[in-house]
Amino acid sequence: MALTQADVLAGLKEIVEEVAGIPGASIELEKNFADDLEVDSLSMVEVVVAAEERFGIKIPDDQVSELKTVGDAVNFIVKAAG
Amino acid sequence: MSAQRRVVVTGLGTTTPIGGNVPSTWAALLSGKSGVRTLTEEWANTIPVNFAARVEIDPSAVMERVELRKLDRSEAFALIAAREAWQDAGSPQLESERLGVVIASGIGGVTTLLDQYDVLKEKGARSVSPYTVPMLMPNGPAAHVGLEFKARAGVHTPVSACASGAEAIGYAFEMIRNNRADVIISGGVEAAIHALPMAGFAAMKALSTRSDSPERASRPYDLDRDGFVLGEGGGVLILEEYEHAKARGAKIYCELAGQGLTSDGFHIAAPDPDGSGVQRAIKLALADAGISTKDVVHLNAHATSTPAGDVAEANALRLALGGDADHVAVSATKSMTGHLLGGAGAIESVFLVKAIQERMAPPTINIENLDPAVTIDVVRDQPRALPSGDIAALNDSFGFGGHNVVLVFKSVQ
Repeated sequence: MALTQADVLAGLKEIVEEVAGIPGASIELEKNFADDLEVDSLSMVEVVVAAEERFGIKIPDDQVSELKTVGDAVNFIVKAAG
Repeated sequence: MSAQRRVVVTGLGTTTPIGGNVPSTWAALLSGKSGVRTLTEEWANTIPVNFAARVEIDPSAVMERVELRKLDRSEAFALIAAREAWQDAGSPQLESERLGVVIASGIGGVTTLLDQYDVLKEKGARSVSPYTVPMLMPNGPAAHVGLEFKARAGVHTPVSACASGAEAIGYAFEMIRNNRADVIISGGVEAAIHALPMAGFAAMKALSTRSDSPERASRPYDLDRDGFVLGEGGGVLILEEYEHAKARGAKIYCELAGQGLTSDGFHIAAPDPDGSGVQRAIKLALADAGISTKDVVHLNAHATSTPAGDVAEANALRLALGGDADHVAVSATKSMTGHLLGGAGAIESVFLVKAIQERMAPPTINIENLDPAVTIDVVRDQPRALPSGDIAALNDSFGFGGHNVVLVFKSVQ
């Protein structure tokens, strides 16, 4: 079953809240991980690994640097899971 | 050449098996409370010893979860103790380039190392935490404290097993005397309550196996002592150059007046039975402080409750202090806190500073029959008042490898 954008955003909110302590309500598609959510490069590794496990996908290392905003990550995951 | 720069203690912080800060720990110490408990972890029954002295207040009760998940437990202890000590010192304002950190640990982030190895084996390399290395490195506690307080005079981590905490305080003392810094956040931490280190210590027959009454297991100087009890936690002292402290009107607890460092050259784990290394360390420390044995009224002993170690130390004290040992009130506080390894010399220095301030030596608990080979004046069961006027007190700390560290604290009028 294909994941919807809403499903993925909800899952990512939980992951970012767990890793970085940012309340889910303030995690929106246009938010930048590093600048807005204080997810540094080490925390981003945790977000990526948690997202892979949760959504059953792979996010290659060379793609991680392209995922600058929550929206970038949601779109990548929706496509990868599709 | 200018006069020797003097070093004073202006702040204290701690988290121990008997209290989450200095006031609660000190009160528990005077009341003779044991922090040793049966462990509730599943692994505890897979090893020969199922008890230890966990901190009374878990870091999760005083720190945010998000902060803790990037910290080894030893790093959390360092931050908890350093924050208390810094506040106690009145949050001194100074240039970052004149602020240093020296915080030691005996084994570093050993629980992180072992937990992440489990993750590697069970879930593969991709699941290993990206914080594994900064959490397991032994300089992690010092580094995190250095980051929090923006220390730029130098951040250091001496490692000498169970002498590490005292050696850190001594290293900080030298940094101020040598004019590298005006204020140093110094101390030691340990968080090694895990099946592997405990199995290792048990294999050496170093741990007490008195599992039917864990709170009675740590019994330095008792005839039936059978090993140490592993503890966890940490202690931090704010050391400050005397004129700097006076100029800002800081509360001054006492002076750190001297240190003596020697090594046994004898055995990797056993104490030298003739205690010559310990005697030399005491003599060097007293000479460094410019005082004599007659000035010493109190000593916080290393005394871990091992059959060989306690008597070797007691003999060395008697020989080094001579007849003056008769007026030295000796406290073995590991009877209550267990043995914090690299944190031991630090929490015991905190206790020594409080003893000088309050003029009270904490008790040694669990001595049912004093070992007749112990010929020093042990403070038993109840705290004992220390004399008024100018006094000096010593902290003994020794580590596997034959490291001996003696620190001299004295009152400031």
